[in-house]
Amino acid sequence: MESTKSRPLSPHLTVWRWGPHMLVSILHRVTGGALSIAGLAVLTWWLVAIADGPDAYVKFADLARSPIGLVVLVGLTWAFFQHLLSGMRHLVMDTGAGFELDTNKRFAILTIVGSIALTVLLWAYMLGAVK
Amino acid sequence: MSLGDSATPLGKVRGLGSAGEGGEHWLSERVTSIALLLLGTWLIASLILLPGLDQHTLVEWLRAPSGAVPMVLLVIVGFRHALDGMKVVVDDYVHDEGNRFACNLILLFLAVGGAALALFALASIAFGGAA
Repeated sequence: MESTKSRPLSPHLTVWRWGPHMLVSILHRVTGGALSIAGLAVLTWWLVAIADGPDAYVKFADLARSPIGLVVLVGLTWAFFQHLLSGMRHLVMDTGAGFELDTNKRFAILTIVGSIALTVLLWAYMLGAVK
Repeated sequence: MSLGDSATPLGKVRGLGSAGEGGEHWLSERVTSIALLLLGTWLIASLILLPGLDQHTLVEWLRAPSGAVPMVLLVIVGFRHALDGMKVVVDDYVHDEGNRFACNLILLFLAVGGAALALFALASIAFGGAA
């Protein structure tokens, strides 16, 4: 084993041709980071606003309905669905399954299609029902 | 490094990962991910099924055990899963041992502090007087 020879670095983004599997892999990390920081901050803020009473909650709700608030919430919804579907893909791959090139690519694309579809569906419902 | 040629390939690389440990951490990340699959679906389904999203309706929802208990679990498991995931990111990108320890310490404090705040809010909603 010539283990001391220089070996390729793992996330070598400049030399590998981009594919759905790479996009989904990096999206899993980015959406995970966004959910950890912004997602949990919004969840905690929301719960604190509910606990603080009707007046505090109206302020939170107004902010959530503002254009910036909606962009953040829709973005977090997409991040949640993308991370969820991609996470399920990872759980399957943890068992050693789904590594065939075709299957792997198909499921990578499906997580993106699925996350966008679920986000659109949920917000179409929310904006229709809440307003 | 002084194991010489007698070491197996596995023996040469063991302990050289970015964290140097992690079996339990790896498993914790997977177990919490499956729990969040259920709890996240519950949260979205609840938001869809609730008659409204005003403060009064949300307090009624989170005061009942059927709302309070899953939400407490979602907060605890969510912050734990975020901490597990963010630790992987820190271990991957922060190479200096001192900085890595500091980053992981900050993450731990943020996660425990955020979870405590969210749980306190839930406790005030569930046990507080008439809001």
